[in-house]
Amino acid sequence: MADSAVHDIPSVYEPSLFGTYSKKIGMWLFLLSDSLTFGALLYAYSYGRISTAGWPTPFHSESIVNATIMTAFLLTSSLTMVLAVRASVDRNAKAQTLWLLATMLCGTGFIVLHGREWTKLIAEGLTLSMFPAVPGQDAASEFANVSKGVPQFASTFFTLTGMHMLHVTLGVIYLGVVALRRKFIPVLLVLWLAAWLLTPAYSPFHYGAHVLLIAAVVISIILWLKPKIYDSSDVEVAGLYWHFVDLVWMFIFPLVYLMSARI
Amino acid sequence: MDSTQVALAERAAEQQRHHSKSLFFYVWGALLLMTAIEVYLTYQNMQPLKMLTILMGLSLIKAALIIGYFMHLKYEVSRMKWLTMCSVVACLILMTIFFFPDARRILELGVK
Repeated sequence: MADSAVHDIPSVYEPSLFGTYSKKIGMWLFLLSDSLTFGALLYAYSYGRISTAGWPTPFHSESIVNATIMTAFLLTSSLTMVLAVRASVDRNAKAQTLWLLATMLCGTGFIVLHGREWTKLIAEGLTLSMFPAVPGQDAASEFANVSKGVPQFASTFFTLTGMHMLHVTLGVIYLGVVALRRKFIPVLLVLWLAAWLLTPAYSPFHYGAHVLLIAAVVISIILWLKPKIYDSSDVEVAGLYWHFVDLVWMFIFPLVYLMSARI
Repeated sequence: MDSTQVALAERAAEQQRHHSKSLFFYVWGALLLMTAIEVYLTYQNMQPLKMLTILMGLSLIKAALIIGYFMHLKYEVSRMKWLTMCSVVACLILMTIFFFPDARRILELGVK
């Protein structure tokens, strides 16, 4: 009610404090708060590293190459995202959709590579007590002692990278809604079923896949309550979120992977 | 959106139209190049503190490029630039002041 009263008098709050529209300011405020969340996680990781003797350096050359390709995927997705924003302000709907889909593809590539990296580390014994036990796992596997001797490493590593992977997943879903709207819901449900059925029961991704189901329900409710065609301002705001996800990885990659490399 | 919001969104779109697309490709190239340098340094087995300093320096430059050009903050009004960046940097500095000396103290004195 109060909201409609404000919007009926457009000149009351002019000029805007930050010289831009409210959605963008809202997203910036969210990103500032989220940067503190990631800041806290990065500080927790660094604190653990400084204060713990014998901090492991588990990342072989193969992991470094994998993480470098993941970084390239994210950087390229940022480029395709700005091109999507540019297409949206030029009112080129087809190019906008194509660039958004390209961004989603790069983001999905990042998630798949990251999932492969997690699966490999868990199979080698680097795990959390909350993860289900891997059947037939060798007690003398490479990282079994790391998980027991320096549990802070696995805790901070999985929390930090898991939080980032969740953000990338939600970013891909966000862009999917902006690009395809209702058509994205069946795609999301197929992805959920595929992720749930194709991952083994002991994998964290088996139950993590339910994030996609929850997202499909939330999106259905939002699009049912407020169906709309997303304009250039929506694409720009979605782009801000996507670039932020890329930005955070620029600190996780050197701090977690490159500083813990065993070459 | 009401008419004020539409006008502000259109102004933001107009600013975007003035940027050359090639600028984004240059920024992307610079980001990839700096990533390649970081990975190269990893294979040089440098002293950890020196390597951390260089990596964090490069990460800050990459962050500035992403925020400035991709997130478009360079073209926003100065009030927005200063308020957003100063607030988050101040919080991170506070975390640094509190956490890192304590982490070193634990390492040097030990906790039993």
